[in-house]
Amino acid sequence: MKFFKFFLIVIILFPLSSVNSEGNDKRNEITKNLRCLICQGQSVYDSDSEFANSLKIVVDKKLQEGLSEDQIYEYFKTKYGEWILYDPGLNKNTYILWLLPILIFLIGGAIIYKSFIVKK
Amino acid sequence: MKNKILPFSVIIIFGIIFFIFYKGLEDSKIYTPDVNTKKEIPLFNTKEFFSGENVNSSSIFELDKVYLLNIWSSWCVPCRQEHPLLMNLNLENKLNIIGMNYKDNLKNAENFLKELGNPYKEIFIDLDGTIAIEWGAYGVPESFLIYNNEIIKKYIGPLNQESIDEINLFIK
Repeated sequence: MKFFKFFLIVIILFPLSSVNSEGNDKRNEITKNLRCLICQGQSVYDSDSEFANSLKIVVDKKLQEGLSEDQIYEYFKTKYGEWILYDPGLNKNTYILWLLPILIFLIGGAIIYKSFIVKK
Repeated sequence: MKNKILPFSVIIIFGIIFFIFYKGLEDSKIYTPDVNTKKEIPLFNTKEFFSGENVNSSSIFELDKVYLLNIWSSWCVPCRQEHPLLMNLNLENKLNIIGMNYKDNLKNAENFLKELGNPYKEIFIDLDGTIAIEWGAYGVPESFLIYNNEIIKKYIGPLNQESIDEINLFIK
């Protein structure tokens, strides 16, 4: 009987908590990718500053308005610039950052190919 | 000939990488926000400070007038420091100073104004800091010079004599 009661409570509580966490999950995911501009080396998610707390509210509001994750990033980008995103997009300032690893990989591969495989 | 190409290209690649990282060293590691970009002011709904009535931002900012939006709070110490400058600015000019009360206790805010004077033509409330985010603000104090519904310049941190001179120059 005790087990049954416990089981019942778990069944009643479980869907509620998962519904609640879904909204928070999305918000946490987004705030983890936003830089807290007035803190050093912290994301908005990690920070408890006034700025970060307000930002979390804004993210919640935007999610309620039905904006997608990318739209929210775009919104903050227009307000605060690229720097607020931890995951920078490809543009004229960041193309070296994106292309350099590929370039190094290709050149390295070419060197290996030339010196080992061609020699054989 | 083939033997020479390999070391030569390696040296060039390392040279390029060194150059990129060396350039990166010269960049400032401290985030410096862009203060000169012309941006449209955001639209928002808020409450008036004294009456508590709902106001829309479009009724506060009119075209063809210069405004200074000042974000302040009674708990913010640098605001106290810049307040006399705002009072002077208000006396000397026809500049419309608009206040945004940021995350404040209204009683404390009223006492702050009683104690130091009220330079603001209008004050509205930002209780949870979300309107400040709409403006692209970082915290208190912060001021925006606005003309024709566009942000001309952003002053992050307390105003000083230098920024006051700049504002005066713009009004003239």
